[in-house]
Amino acid sequence: MFQILQKRKLNDSMTLMVVDAPLIAKKAKAGEFIILRVNEQGERIPLTIADYDREKGTVTIIYQIVGKTTMLLDQLNKGDAIRDFIGPLGKASELEGHKKAAVIGGGAGCAIAWPQAKALHAQGTKVDMIAGFRNRDIVILEDEMRAASDRLTIMTDDGSNGNKGFVTDALQKNIENGADYDLVVAIGPLVMMRAVCSLTKKYGIKTIISMNPIMIDGTGMCGGCRLTVGGKTKFACVDGPDFDGHEVDFDEAIQRSRTYSEMERAAARDFKCHLMEGVEHA
Amino acid sequence: MPDRNPKKTPMPEQEPDVRNKNFKEVALGYTEEMARGEAARCLHCKNQPCVRGCPVGVHIPDFIRSIAEGDYEGAYRTLKLTNSLPAVCGRVCPQENQCEHNCVRGIKGEPVGIGRLERFAADWHMKHGKEEESHGKPNGHKVAVVGAGPAGLTCAGDLAAMGYSVTVFEALHTAGGVLMYGIPQFRLPKEIVQKEIDTLRKKGVKIETDMVIGKVLTVDELFQKGFEAVFIGTGAGLPNFMNIPGEGLVGVYSANEFLTRVNLMKAYRPEYDTPIIRPKNVAVVGGGNVAMDAARTALRLGAEKVHIVYRRSEEQMPARREEVHHAKEEGVVFNLLCNPVEIRGDENGKVASIECIHMELGEPDASGRRRPVPIDGSNFRIPVDCVVMAIGNSPNPLVRSTTEGLEANKRGCIVVKDESMATTREGVYAAGDAVSGAATVILAMGGGKDAARSIDRYIQAKA
Ligand SMILES: Cc1cc2nc3c(=O)[nH]c(=O)nc-3n(C[C@H](O)[C@H](O)[C@H](O)COP(=O)(O)OP(=O)(O)OC[C@H]3O[C@@H](n4cnc5c(N)ncnc54)[C@H](O)[C@@H]3O)c2cc1C
Ligand SMILES: Cc1cc2nc3c(=O)[nH]c(=O)nc-3n(C[C@H](O)[C@H](O)[C@H](O)COP(=O)(O)OP(=O)(O)OC[C@H]3O[C@@H](n4cnc5c(N)ncnc54)[C@H](O)[C@@H]3O)c2cc1C
Ligand code: SF4
Ligand code: SF4
Ligand code: FES
Repeated sequence: MFQILQKRKLNDSMTLMVVDAPLIAKKAKAGEFIILRVNEQGERIPLTIADYDREKGTVTIIYQIVGKTTMLLDQLNKGDAIRDFIGPLGKASELEGHKKAAVIGGGAGCAIAWPQAKALHAQGTKVDMIAGFRNRDIVILEDEMRAASDRLTIMTDDGSNGNKGFVTDALQKNIENGADYDLVVAIGPLVMMRAVCSLTKKYGIKTIISMNPIMIDGTGMCGGCRLTVGGKTKFACVDGPDFDGHEVDFDEAIQRSRTYSEMERAAARDFKCHLMEGVEHA
Repeated sequence: MPDRNPKKTPMPEQEPDVRNKNFKEVALGYTEEMARGEAARCLHCKNQPCVRGCPVGVHIPDFIRSIAEGDYEGAYRTLKLTNSLPAVCGRVCPQENQCEHNCVRGIKGEPVGIGRLERFAADWHMKHGKEEESHGKPNGHKVAVVGAGPAGLTCAGDLAAMGYSVTVFEALHTAGGVLMYGIPQFRLPKEIVQKEIDTLRKKGVKIETDMVIGKVLTVDELFQKGFEAVFIGTGAGLPNFMNIPGEGLVGVYSANEFLTRVNLMKAYRPEYDTPIIRPKNVAVVGGGNVAMDAARTALRLGAEKVHIVYRRSEEQMPARREEVHHAKEEGVVFNLLCNPVEIRGDENGKVASIECIHMELGEPDASGRRRPVPIDGSNFRIPVDCVVMAIGNSPNPLVRSTTEGLEANKRGCIVVKDESMATTREGVYAAGDAVSGAATVILAMGGGKDAARSIDRYIQAKA
């Protein structure tokens, strides 16, 4: 069992948790993830290691509440424990040797982009961070992202913070204005990553994306997380989750990500109803 | 006088039409009367050919005699002398190629039902038997075991019995390896596996789940933590795909994923959150135990039609005879001498059909089996909404790639010295599917035993 030491709400649908996991904290690197299971009947879900403290032996996760498992997780509080917490899994990001990078996060993807920006920044790479959200109210990790970059641009779809547009608009503007990026890191919804990749391909800038297909074991055993990258089958949990964005077959990944969407919606709906019943009977 | 009946005492089973809709065990086990009747068929041959067919050398005529005499606990104790998981082996060993293959009674009729009797004695013990004696006298030495499948569990059990302090590190959240995540409930109830694992815990074996070795700790770090030897029993869990067009479509599973969702993650039980597609028409590609398990699982999830697609002929199928027979009884359709060439999808990227080509048998290949060759222009399609790839697994590279000096062969199997199971790294031993590639439970256990003996010798020589 893994104890929750801290819980902080970032916005209505996103929460940060600090979890006691000394063995994982000792090994964790940017780009790696953990798999957790809230309880005995629960699903195994992957979450990025957003931060870690080797000394205190803690691992930070940031999750968006999207379905049943993340709802269950969000019912736990400081002092409660998570049943299984497995990691660090995946390959650490390969970020060395770059002079100037744009790190782009889309919505919840910012939770995954932030540690990468931090790692780049810490090794002396100049970092422009571009974060996109639907509106001002759901902006997360603003201070953290600012601290991890030389320049932070926050874009909102509706312009409610003054910067209207998509992350690709901001990226294109920076490139046109002579930001000489030798690396772009883009993490967020698949369609966003696809848009970034088609832009950077035009400019010939190396682009790393972090894929998040459905996973079970996270050790290369089930093949459920497979993707086509450069025409070859790759397992995101052991060969990734970072890949060269110009090589990934996005169409296939988008289709596969919808495998269980109907069932997941039903599970979340039933679970919400169940919660409401509890409230009504209370 | 031995019973002269040329046939094995039949095993009571759930009716095919009933069992293909539930996950309860298919074979129900012998009653005491049946077991004694079957035991009476054994001739107690002096030269014991059956024993030579068993990879762990179970004292077969001895345990069968105890059953015939009604001393079931005695039979169990005899089994346990050489086999730490009799309830499992009695159910899943390919007996027809091993012990029963060599049985003299098989020359003019059916062999003695050794596996069934083994299962009977083990089940009897679970219900009525006494607690086993616990730990051997602690000898103060520490050994780490990586992987809680049959190889690792056997090695751990044997070492604990010799007095070692053993810790098993398992990547998944549950110990048992393929016994838990692969072989389905209807063939090997998970409660039985867990009982065997509880017994090990009582013997003092520590089992740490959620520990992916190579990631959270490396083999070198295990040595730094004071373990004097490391056993690697990480199995062959990496699923192979065919690399044909369409394997990325929604509804294509590896057998590992399909079975893991159902067995380990219990997708068939409503109180579990695991999602799984409930397909109507399924094609399972392959002809081994894994393929049979996937096909029969698909039926139980409610599929109307389940096809096996196998490129060789039935005689060449590696699956246990009994499983092929059960699958047929339950309504699985066998498309033999057929090979998939493409999986086709609908406009939403979901599986719509599998295109296959007929094959014929040509010249023998390296394995001595006649090689199947495609018949040009014989393509045909089977309409399906789900395809399960059960064409084999390879060893997972996680431990190998993070342990310097640990050599593997071209297929990724860890290289060991015969019998000692010593790898190319001092103090590191390995056995089971990680060494042999996908094989059998009993071979993995046999290897685990050999390794335990070598580890004991290695540590005692140093001490
Ligand atoms: C390597 C990796 C790292 C990730 N890191 C983070 C993270 O740091 N923070 C975070 O909020 N999320 C992260 N995710 C996504 C997270 O795993 C899913 O949001 C989670 O599994 C949803 O579970 P659920 O039961 O709550 O929702 P479900 O009911 O299972 O699904 C709800 C929605 O989420 C989608 N979904 C389901 N499973 C996944 C999945 N594995 N990946 C992506 N989408 C999925 C579904 O298609 C559906 O639209 C990561 C995924 C991967 C593979
Ligand atoms: C569906 C199916 C049906 C089968 N049916 C039969 C049958 O009827 N009869 C028969 O004899 N055989 C059968 N087999 C084969 C048999 O199950 C295997 O040969 C046997 O389980 C191998 O044992 P093992 O201990 O070597 O490995 P496994 O059982 O594979 O166990 C390996 C364990 O190591 C763990 N592990 C892997 N990597 C790591 C790591 N890095 N760190 C920590 N732990 C790790 C795994 O999670 C797993 O628990 C079947 C196999 C399958 C898949
Ligand atoms: S362990 Fe397997 S091979 Fe050996 S006697 Fe038992 S059933 Fe036969
Ligand atoms: S070969 Fe058959 S008959 Fe002979 S001892 Fe073995 S089980 Fe009995
Ligand atoms: S999650 Fe199972 S292979 Fe990647």
